[in-house]
Amino acid sequence: MMPLWEVFIRSRNGLAHKHVGSVHAADATMALQAARDVYTRRGEGLSIWVVPSAAITASDPADRDALFEPTGSKIYRHPTFYQVPDEVGHM
Amino acid sequence: MYTQALNTRDTAGGADHDLRFQARIDAEDRIEPNDSMPDGYRRTLVRQISQHAHSEIVGMLPEGNWITRAPSLRRKAALLAKVQDEGGHGLYLYAAAETLGVSREELVDQLLSGRAKYSSIFNYPTLSWADIGMVGWLVDGAAIMNQIPLCRCSFGPYARAMIRICKEESFHQRQGYEIMLTLCRGTPEQKAMAQDALDRWWWPCLMMFGPPDTQSNHSDLSMRWKIKRFTNDALRQKFVDATVPQGHYLGLTFPDPDLHFDEADGHWRFGAIDWDEFRRVLTGDGPCNAERLDARRKAQADGAWVREAALAYAAKARAP
Amino acid sequence: MTTTSITVTETPRIRRLLTLADDALILGHRISEWTGHAPLLEEELALANIALDLIGQARALFTEAGNESGHTEDQLAFLRDPHQFRNALIIELPNGDFAYTIVRLLLVSAASDLFWQATLASSDPALAAIAAKAGKETAYHLRHAAEWLIRIGDGTDESHRRAQAALDSLWPYTGELFETGAEREAWNAVVTPVLHQATLQRPGDGWMQAGGRSGRHTEHLGHLLAEMQVLPRTYPGAIW
Repeated sequence: MMPLWEVFIRSRNGLAHKHVGSVHAADATMALQAARDVYTRRGEGLSIWVVPSAAITASDPADRDALFEPTGSKIYRHPTFYQVPDEVGHM
Repeated sequence: MYTQALNTRDTAGGADHDLRFQARIDAEDRIEPNDSMPDGYRRTLVRQISQHAHSEIVGMLPEGNWITRAPSLRRKAALLAKVQDEGGHGLYLYAAAETLGVSREELVDQLLSGRAKYSSIFNYPTLSWADIGMVGWLVDGAAIMNQIPLCRCSFGPYARAMIRICKEESFHQRQGYEIMLTLCRGTPEQKAMAQDALDRWWWPCLMMFGPPDTQSNHSDLSMRWKIKRFTNDALRQKFVDATVPQGHYLGLTFPDPDLHFDEADGHWRFGAIDWDEFRRVLTGDGPCNAERLDARRKAQADGAWVREAALAYAAKARAP
Repeated sequence: MTTTSITVTETPRIRRLLTLADDALILGHRISEWTGHAPLLEEELALANIALDLIGQARALFTEAGNESGHTEDQLAFLRDPHQFRNALIIELPNGDFAYTIVRLLLVSAASDLFWQATLASSDPALAAIAAKAGKETAYHLRHAAEWLIRIGDGTDESHRRAQAALDSLWPYTGELFETGAEREAWNAVVTPVLHQATLQRPGDGWMQAGGRSGRHTEHLGHLLAEMQVLPRTYPGAIW
């Protein structure tokens, strides 16, 4: 499966990168190109970050009635997030 | 590392859980991907968002049909940009759906295997350049009616995708109407082209809003969960009221002998929609259903070696 | 009976502008044919961006040529006959598969990129202005094509085979992209490292096909223009 990458863009006069969505790409270079083509078509962005979605760790502040202790999790459930990436397999 | 179990919210929490969830919805809370949610909510959203995404992607085909024959460089560039936007919208929507635990691959598979639906309007052919104006004016006009309320839908990623889409959508409808204006002010042949397009697209566009409220089976829950903000009939009436004066301004006649203005309540009343045609088109017997899916299947199949190559290269690059 | 076709009296400058405009228009048209059929959704948007850049370049060039010749951009694009077009042959060839499209884009963009860089210093202010924008765009087209070619060339056996076949087929059309040996050498310096990284075999320089610059095209251009020009020719004088 084509990996998923989250895209963050800091616009021309922006102060910080903002999460704008995701793209599918086989590697980081292509993810960056895809992010530029998809999310800056109208010249919206200046600085682009792409991060493998599975690499992001999230807290869950919203659910006050959680049945579990809030704990570091993935940003959302995705079928590909639970595969061990190759480089981690070497650790 | 951690296990999948930690990130699995128990969504079968029963009546109590559902009440708490509904309370959040009623309070106009935004639901985000990792929040606890009923299975039905998750399923409905995946279905609705992916259907919307499929529609954008399939919608690229009837309009893409005229890129190589666009009659001026300005129109060529504008149409290409519009179709590109539609691809982008599909992408944003698949991305939103993916936050709910499904992959784009699975969703595309559902489309290509015929299990998933997409908007019936894209099963009609674009037979003349006037059809391109019609698609922009009417089809995008109808889509906008639906999309603006969705910017406030309860699910965060969907609402945010819709905000992005609506910002980009504004030039599509204007572009379409401007094409119609140019044709209607043009030669007799161009005017006839415009009228012929309206004759073919008007009724299918009214069907875009879906079955009458009395027959729609997904509506109640979707309304309660604030995934759907207005009923089919309400949106359809809003569309007719906005569009009929625009058509009259163009000097066109609507193919509906029953169309008349009701002075009493200020609405344009229209004739009976042929819901048999709608059902036929929805279940696969529309003019272009087969070729739309064939085109998408072919693109997917032809592109398989490309995707495999990209993944193979990436794997090689990662290997020591 | 009069024809809808126009004939342009070409000064050297008009001829030069039309050559560049035709290259941009026909390549943009070819790439736009991928709409709805690309191998992945992200690439749909990338190819559309490239096509839009090229059509934009064509419009600027046609406008400049038309200011001198007394024609509109649309008259020049839609009412000249195939033998009046001055694009290189490589540009009008059908897209083929994705490998063919990417190889062609690489080979052409490498030449265009060098041209626009050199043209920044042109004594023709209009052309220099166009070069400022076009240069940035073409640099990106080149990078996009190069990254894809590396992945296709060094991907799977099948992708490698397709890339090599495309390269072998397109190579004889590259000669027409240059006017001088120096231009060709500069182009080689850009293209050869990419081919190497893509594990592709650089074809030998045999006989080079030519004719586009003097209006002698392949059979493909006739079909392309018949489709592209159909509406203005069917409804002469109509405004769209």
